[in-house]
Amino acid sequence: MRYLPLTDADRREMLSVIGVSSIDDLFGDVPEGARFTGPIAGLPAHASEIAVERQLSALARKNLAAGDAPFFLGCGAYKHHVPASVDHLIQRGEFLTAYTPYQPEIAQGTLQVLFEFQTQVARLLGCDVANASMYDGSTACWEAIGMARRITRRTRAILSAGLHPHYVSVARTMARFTGDVLDTAVPELTDGAPGGDMARLLGAIDGETSCVVVQNPNILGHVADLSELAARCHEKGALLIAVVTEPVSLGAIRSPGEMGADIVVGEGQSIGVGLQFGGPYVGLFATREKYVRQMPGRLCGETVDASGKRGFVLTLSTREQHIRREKATSNICTNSGLCALAFSIHMTLLGEKGLRDLAALNHAQAVIAAERLGKIPRVSIVNSAFFNEFTLRLPTEARPVVRALVDRGILGGVSLGRLYPDEAALTNGLVVAVTETSTVEDLETFASALEEELA
Amino acid sequence: MSINASGWRPEMGGAEQGEAATFTGNRALMLEEALIFERDNFNGTGVELPSAPTIASRLGGLERNRPIGLPGLSEPETVRHYTRLSRQNYAIDLGVFPLGSCTMKHNPRLNEKMARLPGFADIHPLAPVQSAQGALELIHLVGEWLIRLTGMQAVAMSPKAGAHGELCGLLAIRSALEARGDARSVILVPESAHGTNPATAAFCGYAVENIPATAEGRVDLEALKARLGPDVAAVMITNPNTCGLFERDMIAISEAVHAAGALVYCDGANFNAIVGRVRPGDLGIDAMHINLHKTFSTPHGGGGPGAGPVVFSAALAPYAPLPFVEKQEDGFHLVEEETAGEHHAGSFGRMVAFHGQMGMFTRAAAYMLSHGADGLRQVAEDAVLNANYVLRRLDDVLDAPFGASGPCMHEALFSDEGFPDGFTTLDVAKGLIDEGFHPMTMYFPLVVHGSMLVEPTETESKAALDQFIGALRSVAERAKAGDPSLKSAPHFAPRRRLDETAAARKPVLVWREPEQAIAAE
Repeated sequence: MRYLPLTDADRREMLSVIGVSSIDDLFGDVPEGARFTGPIAGLPAHASEIAVERQLSALARKNLAAGDAPFFLGCGAYKHHVPASVDHLIQRGEFLTAYTPYQPEIAQGTLQVLFEFQTQVARLLGCDVANASMYDGSTACWEAIGMARRITRRTRAILSAGLHPHYVSVARTMARFTGDVLDTAVPELTDGAPGGDMARLLGAIDGETSCVVVQNPNILGHVADLSELAARCHEKGALLIAVVTEPVSLGAIRSPGEMGADIVVGEGQSIGVGLQFGGPYVGLFATREKYVRQMPGRLCGETVDASGKRGFVLTLSTREQHIRREKATSNICTNSGLCALAFSIHMTLLGEKGLRDLAALNHAQAVIAAERLGKIPRVSIVNSAFFNEFTLRLPTEARPVVRALVDRGILGGVSLGRLYPDEAALTNGLVVAVTETSTVEDLETFASALEEELA
Repeated sequence: MSINASGWRPEMGGAEQGEAATFTGNRALMLEEALIFERDNFNGTGVELPSAPTIASRLGGLERNRPIGLPGLSEPETVRHYTRLSRQNYAIDLGVFPLGSCTMKHNPRLNEKMARLPGFADIHPLAPVQSAQGALELIHLVGEWLIRLTGMQAVAMSPKAGAHGELCGLLAIRSALEARGDARSVILVPESAHGTNPATAAFCGYAVENIPATAEGRVDLEALKARLGPDVAAVMITNPNTCGLFERDMIAISEAVHAAGALVYCDGANFNAIVGRVRPGDLGIDAMHINLHKTFSTPHGGGGPGAGPVVFSAALAPYAPLPFVEKQEDGFHLVEEETAGEHHAGSFGRMVAFHGQMGMFTRAAAYMLSHGADGLRQVAEDAVLNANYVLRRLDDVLDAPFGASGPCMHEALFSDEGFPDGFTTLDVAKGLIDEGFHPMTMYFPLVVHGSMLVEPTETESKAALDQFIGALRSVAERAKAGDPSLKSAPHFAPRRRLDETAAARKPVLVWREPEQAIAAE
């Protein structure tokens, strides 16, 4: 067994130092009824590296990888090009195989990265401060709702119809147990502003409202100005929580913080982290400085060492579970450190210039794609404003069309039937994302295939 | 700007007394590194993109009109920045990382290679299931291993980390109790539990009460029995516990909890000590999370990502979260909201977007297949052997509060008993840093004064252990002798002791332009 360095001679010698005669003597505290002997049914014995690689590669080959097909899926996870150096750097053992930086004198590498990450995220989202990451966007979103409850001491949260339905589901699961009351709605395929429900949100805010949660761009790709909503929230003593599932969009559009959001959470996967069938991703969490003690998760802060040199430490840990136990702001412990590192490296490579160029490229290619797809007979583009993702209204149910496209080797968007199986009014909707990785040829292949499927 | 390109100013000092100061603040291979924000590279970039075609903007008038303030570095500068930073980290790749209860074991690189196969790494979570059969099969495969290794009935793969798994387990417990019309309000947690246990219980709306430990470091069965009653929903037990001991009364505990109508949650953080030798299902456990990085060698990455699948007993299986993978005759299916209604109506719902930490599942699968069932049993045996070896080689110089009651499991617990006034566990930890080791877990569990929890894991050779034991012995002897140089350790790390109090008193959490920072003061 190649990962176990002890030899049988070592084991014998160590048993004798310990003063027992066999390894079984060390497991003597296990109740007799629970001592498991012999092989576990149904599990194979150890295997060579060659054999394991062969078996797992065979499984991997059964999947249609995004890079091997014309690819147009989004809805909370996006395919972007990640520079080669990102993946190489995160595989340095000093990053990959370190623990949470509990001993700061020998973890300055991780800690400085977190400090830089927090600064990048705060600036990108337009907030004063950001934490060292959450699991992903959906859990960050729920944590923000909980934080708004603690700050306002109110329990009624209003969720926009344009919030990712999985994020809504996560909030609904948790609210059942915490007593938060969620005001939710299903998006509508309204021409011009699909999923936009600004009038509903503005009308629903009252003196009992803890927060309004709105996603921008929303699940159907619509982008909106949040300023009026922020003002109304503040009038009523509620917080505005903005959710960003496509952070590349912030290279082109105004950040939620600039528009007045009090807490901005996001899914950071687009920057530096691959699709990976949904995880691990990296949750972004940023807010105003005055709320920092109500934030969940780890925070890295600047300080000095005993000789006066600048250094970094994990700080404000009196919010956290390992100190405050049942009074902590959250139960989160391990977060998404390595993905935060990947995000930070990719963002450092991009810089503001690269991010703006990347966003411009995404938007331009999406506009071109919308024009092309909108020319297919009986197909219309629902959105007026969008970033790199928009919704098509097909003349027929979208889900079977998506499956038929897969049979032709094309990954052609996310059908709303997949996301909203119970909503008859949405079944013809198809959400299409276009990034810098799609080529003109990909678009043409997709558009002609879609046209044929709909003919 | 007062800070030069290395982030170091002459007035910061830095050279040890008697050492020559350097112009850069560097000391040979110990390299200072400025923040990316301190380089005046706000117009730079390290990427080259095709230029964007000209189009009429459809951003709805929301174009960004203010700078963001994000520096960009060229690729060589980027590679150097992160490589230099990496060298200020300790890591399991560099040496023994005996952080008790955190389980830092070797991370096989085959895991990394497998996780990067495009067929796993480059698939979208909402890709039609017909195009992702291999991914679903992989999730199913890891789930099957976990079910068989634990002797449980079902598994939830979506929890994102151990604490998220605890949440999953408690939500299932609460759903099961509500389903029988018996919502209860209290969770009992031993004093020695990880902080996540009480935090999780509170996070989903429960009151938390402590159960005391016996003098030998285990759950006090009689005290537990006395507290059980109609208001207790569940007991959260860590087994093996955080004192490194197996809960001998575990079966009796489960029986008592069940007899009182409550359920047993097991924190499976220490499953690595018993995998292949004990199945939690045989101990009467109803739900247990498994930290894939602790037992199945996925990397910890300096703070995650983790993965915390949860196994369930038959009593809780109907309440497991969505989505999950199901094997049917025509292939693997994803049971989500729309299909759950038919045969999984009791599910407490979704706790995360998408399907969990796929990238960790592929790594864990590579490890499981490499070790096989026989190898995993050897993993537990070697982990326990190594910990007992450390315990017996050091219990003459360090107090082992529970050493007399028998062997430990995967970790050895020591206290600060016998240290002279003014010398603490912290000093020993910092002294170990100078010896080139990451310190053990300090001041946890809370039930022992000045706890030092040493978990060597199975991937250390005897030679590595002997060297670590020698170093810890030497530092402990210095502490006991009152060596003042220990109070100012570490002396040779990239930084001396850092002022955590100052950091918390006036938090600086993001970098600001120096002028701005001054203006804010």
